[in-house]
Amino acid sequence: MNVDQTQFRKAILDPGRDVPPGLVDPEGRPAGKRFDVYRNNVIVSLSNALGEAFPVIRKLLGDNNFSILAGHFVRAHPPASPLIATYGDALPGFLEGFEPVRSLGYLPDIARLELALRKSYHAADAAPIDSARLQELSPDRLMETRFALAPALRLVRSDWPIVAIWRFNAEDGPKPEMGPETALVTRPEFDPILTALSPAGHGFLAELAQGRTFGAALETATEQDPDFDLTPALAALVSGGAITALHEE
Amino acid sequence: MLDATPRQTLPLAPGVGYKPQHFNAIMEDPGPVRWLEIHAENYMGQGGRPLAQLRHLAERFPISVHGVGLSIGGEAPLDADHLARLRHLVDWLNPASFSEHLAWSSHETAFLNDLLPLPYTAEALSRVADHIDQVQEALGRPMLLENPSTYLAFAESEMAETEFLREIARRTGCGLLLDINNVFVSCTNQKLDPRGYIVDFPLDLVGEIHLGGHDEQEDEHGAPLLIDSHGTEVVDPVWTLYAETIVAGGARPSLIEWDTDVPDWPVLAAEADRAARILTPVLS
Amino acid sequence: MSKNVKTLALIGAVAAAVSGAAVTTAAADNHKEKCFGVSMAGKNDCAAGPGTTCAGTSTVDYQGNAWTLVDAGTCEKMELPDGRMGSLEALERDLPA
Repeated sequence: MNVDQTQFRKAILDPGRDVPPGLVDPEGRPAGKRFDVYRNNVIVSLSNALGEAFPVIRKLLGDNNFSILAGHFVRAHPPASPLIATYGDALPGFLEGFEPVRSLGYLPDIARLELALRKSYHAADAAPIDSARLQELSPDRLMETRFALAPALRLVRSDWPIVAIWRFNAEDGPKPEMGPETALVTRPEFDPILTALSPAGHGFLAELAQGRTFGAALETATEQDPDFDLTPALAALVSGGAITALHEE
Repeated sequence: MLDATPRQTLPLAPGVGYKPQHFNAIMEDPGPVRWLEIHAENYMGQGGRPLAQLRHLAERFPISVHGVGLSIGGEAPLDADHLARLRHLVDWLNPASFSEHLAWSSHETAFLNDLLPLPYTAEALSRVADHIDQVQEALGRPMLLENPSTYLAFAESEMAETEFLREIARRTGCGLLLDINNVFVSCTNQKLDPRGYIVDFPLDLVGEIHLGGHDEQEDEHGAPLLIDSHGTEVVDPVWTLYAETIVAGGARPSLIEWDTDVPDWPVLAAEADRAARILTPVLS
Repeated sequence: MSKNVKTLALIGAVAAAVSGAAVTTAAADNHKEKCFGVSMAGKNDCAAGPGTTCAGTSTVDYQGNAWTLVDAGTCEKMELPDGRMGSLEALERDLPA
């Protein structure tokens, strides 16, 4: 009896399915536990990869709950690509629909943040500008300047205090307080760093990232929040090595 | 390309599977380790630390690129995107060797992250040979194909694994990567004689040898079931089989693989040293 | 704000941002010393998982009651507002497979 890879794959991912007949032990008996070795390899290796990729989600849920979640997720969304480093794109959406965690409203955004950190880690290198050049521009010129930002820069917008939640779990930071936060991820060298931005700070950087002028970005932020403080958002870009070119009009 | 000079070859000496936590130790004192192997898929990002480390390592050591995700034994066509990524890595790094497995891991858009078995039939043989032709053409170089660890057999198989590999190499011109631990694991699991497997293996086509640790289990009938876990030292019977292979076929670049519960560098270096002590008498 | 006040504020903000920021050297330098460091997870291996685990064959994790509040992780400790927000809920019925 021939066993094709469709049968093999289905039986691997569904423990309720019978081992395909035609898979045997050395005596010609049904493969039984020998097939389970492959089932375990697949589910355990993918669950472990997920746990390593989303350490804060794992910590929030606890190891046991996370392994249950992972068991569901890896069967519903096995990787589409052989690059395990990119596995988990579907996790935020999956968490939104996963009943046991529906009350943890912030969980999908924390997963988005962990994905952003990993993607930043593997993003292309880019040399930052000498930040003194920012001061050399007259205010009028600066307002008309567009910024090229590093490929490792990521913005994750949330209605939840995602940076504080991340720090509480990953760095023993203080207890998070309720409020919206955007996470800015920059990678000055090899290690991604996180900065919390206000909604207006997000507005400013999102506009800048889309290629709008500094002046236009500043206007958007100021419309969102008349008291918008430019300094922290700009300082985060500079210390994150995230400005790679200035394009003056 | 990192280096425009002609390609290095792997030395007839021990190498290890590279783990990032060993970067400093390797750069300071590699001990008996003369070359490194990386898993191709871990260096397919756009930049950052993994590629920076690899650049430094490649300046000092011959590198073997070992793919774990191409699914050469798959029923479906090779993943063109993945092959392109592989080509990009190989063009940039110009490694001393490229190898992959006689196994499959992707089917119908799912990558299962394991080296899954295939039946040894004429049909599978021609499919695998086509895939290897495609890889060698894309990379512009011959590759090595590795014998897998298997836990079960296909009733439909028509030939022995050694015969299958020999025929693949004949049709495609590829070399072979002989994993001695996989020989021991598979032969134990399939109730075959590991020594007989080595005798049947075309040792002249072997471009590299792998050594690693395994776990011991039993199946539901009490028969031994070894698992290729790469999480422990190489066991004595595998060292013996390795020594016999080297005596029979000559010295080969020999790699220690340790992928789970990765130990501190001295433990890995000690394993490499044990390989060196088997290789050196053959070379002198 | 008058244009002058705005201009002054902008100059101040840029100066504060540039001076307060940590000095960053070019990532393209790839200094060897900095090459060593945290290696972010998500790696391909060619090893098999431990054979003793039953994760691949277990049907237990298809049952909602396996979802437990014991070992519930840190989400319980954060005390984020809005009553039920921020805590796990035990499931009364089986999860869909």
